[in-house]
Amino acid sequence: MHEVSICEGILGVIEDQAREHGFTAVRRITLEIGAFAGVEQAALRFGFDAVMRGSLAEGARLEIIDLPGRARCYDCEDVVEIMDRLASCPRCFGERLLPEGGDEMRIKDMEVV
Amino acid sequence: MCTVCGCNSSVTFDATSRHSHAGAHSHTHDHLHFGAGAAGVSVPGLSQARIIAVETDILAKNNGFATANRRVLQALGAYAVNLVSSPGSGKTTLLCRTIQMLGTAPLAVIEGDQQTSNDAERIRATGAQAIQINTGKGCHLDAEMVGHAMDHLAMKPASFLFIENVGNLVCPAAFDLGEDAKVAILSVTEGEDKPLKYPDIFTASSLAILNKTDLAPHCDADLATYEANLRRIKPKIDILRVSARTGEGMAQWVGWLRARQVEKTLGRPA
Repeated sequence: MHEVSICEGILGVIEDQAREHGFTAVRRITLEIGAFAGVEQAALRFGFDAVMRGSLAEGARLEIIDLPGRARCYDCEDVVEIMDRLASCPRCFGERLLPEGGDEMRIKDMEVV
Repeated sequence: MCTVCGCNSSVTFDATSRHSHAGAHSHTHDHLHFGAGAAGVSVPGLSQARIIAVETDILAKNNGFATANRRVLQALGAYAVNLVSSPGSGKTTLLCRTIQMLGTAPLAVIEGDQQTSNDAERIRATGAQAIQINTGKGCHLDAEMVGHAMDHLAMKPASFLFIENVGNLVCPAAFDLGEDAKVAILSVTEGEDKPLKYPDIFTASSLAILNKTDLAPHCDADLATYEANLRRIKPKIDILRVSARTGEGMAQWVGWLRARQVEKTLGRPA
């Protein structure tokens, strides 16, 4: 359940941005979450509502863009997209894959007033 | 906010330094640009909503603290290990034994648990300096907590710093503490498929220690299957078979640590 910590991280960024850009409320926030980020989206949404309560992002709509996982296959040496850490290589069906991306956890943009 | 002391410390750092655009997503969506939303046109009666492109890591603050910790460790030439595992894998016993084997080498320990200072007391009983962090409800250590703990430790040059994370195979994977390496400890009673069930932590680790090997015959543990499953998750992970109780593999583990520290001091592989 580190999703609450992640939401606190989001709130920290929102507060920094509010100081920089001078807005008073967030209506929508868009995140990019990689397939290997270890984030449970249902828990993230639950934590988001709880953590944002009483803040300038209370009631904000949370949008999540899923980014695919990327891994290097040690058999065919290609970099492939997979959605599951246990997936085999879609090119050669090898099973020795090392994740190289897909652990993104980013705030992309926000709609503010 | 700091969950150790409740302070609201503000540390500035380059939040964009870890930002990466490699990947499948493009940046051609029109809603990415400043002023492209409703705020771009000022029409009475319409809201003044505007879009701000943020493009910031959610954990940027943690990563900033981790970078600061790493800088302190680098200046000291200290090698830091973040020990991660499920509760009960034998982290503290392994650590006590490791401290004995390191002899006079300078070292410090940061213990993370939700409650009690039992582990720090066990470490102090070996003569080593230790500080306990209680996370309360928290399921992991973060870099800010570790930075505070480091401030309270008299860290010596060319020392080892052992950070024993909260026993949890999920959350600690996401939080960089500024360590040089994560080391996963997996006891042979936990089941051969544990790396497959909790892959994130093993992918993030440089070394996996298969601990309690003395128990393997008593619980039909198949060590080769453990190793195959670890390599399925991370083909290049280092693996050591260890029993902190009997001492099996301990020399190799201490050798691994010493070699990594020399590597760091020299700035190149030993």
